[in-house]
Amino acid sequence: MRTITERDLEPLATGAAVLGSGGGGDPYLGKLLAMDALANDGPVTILDLDEVPDDAVCAMSAVMGAPTVLVEKIPGGGEQLHALGALEKHIGRPITHILCAEVGGLNSTLPIVAAARTGLPLVDCDAMGRAFPEIQMSTPTLYGVAATPMALADDKGNTVVIEAIDNRWTERMARSITIDMGAAAYIALFVQSGAQAKRAMIAGSLSLAQSVGAAMISARNEKTDPVAAALASLGGTRLFEGKVVDVTRRTEAGFARGRLRADGTGSDAGSVLEVEFQNENLIARRDGQPVATVPDVIVVLEAETAQPIPSEHLRYGYRIVVVAAPCDRRWRTPQGLELVGPRYFGYDLDYIPFESMASPGSGDGR
Amino acid sequence: MRRLRVGIDVGGTNTDAVALEGGQLVAWVKTPTTADVTTGIVTALDQLLENDAVTAAEIADVMVGTTHFTNAMAEVKGLLPTAVIRLCGPATRALPPMVDWPPQVYRAVNGRVFLCQGGHEYDGREIVPLDRQELKDVAAEMRTVGLRTIAISAVFSPVNGSHEQEAAAVIADEHPEAKLSISTEIGRIGLLERENATIVNACLAGVADQIVPTLEDTVRRHGIAARIHLCQNDGTLMDADYAYRYPVATFASGPTNSMRGAALLSGESDCVVVDIGGTTTDVGVLRKGFPREAAVAVAIAGVRTNFRMPDVLSLAIGGGSVVHLEPEVTVGPESVGYRLSTEARVFGGPTLTATDLAVACGQATVGDPGLVAGLDPEVVEQGLGWIRRRIAETIDRMKTEPDPIPVVVVGGGSLLLDGALAGASRVVRPEHFQVANAIGAALAQVGGQVDRVVSLETTLRDQAVEAAKHEAATRCIAAGADPASVRVVDVEEIPLAYLPSNAVRIVVRAIGDLRESR
Repeated sequence: MRTITERDLEPLATGAAVLGSGGGGDPYLGKLLAMDALANDGPVTILDLDEVPDDAVCAMSAVMGAPTVLVEKIPGGGEQLHALGALEKHIGRPITHILCAEVGGLNSTLPIVAAARTGLPLVDCDAMGRAFPEIQMSTPTLYGVAATPMALADDKGNTVVIEAIDNRWTERMARSITIDMGAAAYIALFVQSGAQAKRAMIAGSLSLAQSVGAAMISARNEKTDPVAAALASLGGTRLFEGKVVDVTRRTEAGFARGRLRADGTGSDAGSVLEVEFQNENLIARRDGQPVATVPDVIVVLEAETAQPIPSEHLRYGYRIVVVAAPCDRRWRTPQGLELVGPRYFGYDLDYIPFESMASPGSGDGR
Repeated sequence: MRRLRVGIDVGGTNTDAVALEGGQLVAWVKTPTTADVTTGIVTALDQLLENDAVTAAEIADVMVGTTHFTNAMAEVKGLLPTAVIRLCGPATRALPPMVDWPPQVYRAVNGRVFLCQGGHEYDGREIVPLDRQELKDVAAEMRTVGLRTIAISAVFSPVNGSHEQEAAAVIADEHPEAKLSISTEIGRIGLLERENATIVNACLAGVADQIVPTLEDTVRRHGIAARIHLCQNDGTLMDADYAYRYPVATFASGPTNSMRGAALLSGESDCVVVDIGGTTTDVGVLRKGFPREAAVAVAIAGVRTNFRMPDVLSLAIGGGSVVHLEPEVTVGPESVGYRLSTEARVFGGPTLTATDLAVACGQATVGDPGLVAGLDPEVVEQGLGWIRRRIAETIDRMKTEPDPIPVVVVGGGSLLLDGALAGASRVVRPEHFQVANAIGAALAQVGGQVDRVVSLETTLRDQAVEAAKHEAATRCIAAGADPASVRVVDVEEIPLAYLPSNAVRIVVRAIGDLRESR
């Protein structure tokens, strides 16, 4: 058990931007919201997953919708509480612990806001280990934990509770309600006991994000290599170093897809890396050969500062380092890959862990 | 009688002034920039008028690109307490206006914050209706406590600006002395950053009240009866009345003036401009003759804003940059700045500067070349090569595609660059490169711009574009353009990521020649 203070937020938001894998929304907004919540209603107690009592009533607090909408229609402040309240009313029991849905981007800090406002403890875990675009892409789905009953709330005080037959239906219905609510809705979902959460959730995610961010920040301050610092914390690999020479974007089957092409520099000179993205970075190919695929974490970092570049900001001319980090082991199982493997995202490609694909001379270990 | 245009541009190191007749340079001067800015402008005008080719009575227009307003923000001087009205209904209250401002700026500017009914959704629906009575009460309260500068923002006002306009009308009615800044007229999508830019604009009203008459006075005291115009950061002019209302538009007009001057001098309209000064090098991109805008938030005195600013990357390389020999030959970031004429080797000083390297290899001819004749040619080559590589890299970062692009080099330090650059289709150093910035100011035109988000589900595309064109032209005329000369020079449609309503950002720019007399 420890306490989250304002000082933890900058490293947490920095690390969460890395784990966002190119998506997840702007962590700046989340940092401001959490700062305000801690200043007014803090501090927040954070428990390790194994400290949670088995009979605890845990639920996730998050936002779903368009990041572009969130930077214009910022939360009113009551939405997360309304969603949690509607969920409690529906299940007839008080929620005792707050969970994080995804540790990438904006949703890494919103559970801190919920914990501060409710006074409930937050649990150091998440359900993705990174950012993913859809609700069912959560480890509890693998354990048969239902996302519903799920509550959605808007700024006006409207709440909706969904009961669905499975987590994909939850995603589909929640998505259309979110549009009606103004393309951003605050959600409370995945009610589970402490015992269930210990099995189904990914332990230590928030700490991981914070330590990745802290390592990068101190490397920048000490003028050492922030990319190496991030990799050491992530247990990741440097896939490629180069310059972005082309970014193409297209809309396909309702997805905004894109591809980045980079020419290698330094020890990667003469090679070409391509990264396919759909909000998040999904596939990295070196000279035509896959070297990392979803669900492993693929991040495009600005070479000098190691600042992660969100996929919507990628453009010609960036000096980049592309890194890969392992996803949670459960995503690498057949059941996990069915939910979040390359084929789910429409690529005719089998998942192979990046550790076994990285070709010699790819620059690992510098 | 001749009609002369005088351009003055205040830079970090120098204040430059030029006089032009029919586009031809008649006279130019360069003087050090002073801490108060105004004294440097006075000196520049004094020196310009000493030139026999320039007669005060023949000057018809004076264009000034000044850093007065930027400095006022940076030094937190003369900023007025400002009331902020955000039309948001129940939304956005978690982060009130001026959140995350540096405390010193916040204390100076924070008048009062009012979160009021109103605002729209992403698709233009109302969040809640506007409450006119609430706004009347707010206006009455501001009148009572004596707040006269007001910033108005509304959620998704770039998609639907009607609430901001209505609220402004109600407040103007109740509180006639109030000066209003409206967010849709200042910034882009992104509530906090647009609102911040609007508040910055509002709080500079007092500085404008002081600076605009001072500038007019300065010019009059030189016996110049000409009209005064201030340079905006999009490369167009505004008259004094406009400057009172939009002081924030002067921010970063310096780099813009250099880029515009480079375009006018070189005849290139789509190119990269490299402006090398005494301490820094600014690299920007011209599209259709005007600077490309920065797409991300720009911090002003620690305040995140998102209004139109030129997209410029700055490098700590200039004519006064100090050359280091160990562990390898590098240049900068320290600079001797305005002390170049005493510090540099070619002027008998002790410091090896970038200018010395340029003189040693014969690229530049200033000072005494004999004083650098003994420099190791390898050091000279490595130093200049290092500069060339850094600048080429920066140019590459500013380009949007790999094809080679023309590069125009201007500024007093541009002699540091000679010959070809990687990634450049050609390198042009136009005549009068030293005062490209002041020439850019002198030849500036008048513009009008519309930048809004339209939902194509509720509006027909062609109608939206036509309406925006018409409004841009109207704004251009209002800003002082000769109506007969106004033309739309750029229509840009940018689809917005993630928005489900088929939303598109439409940016239309109209340009016209300055009206000859009023």
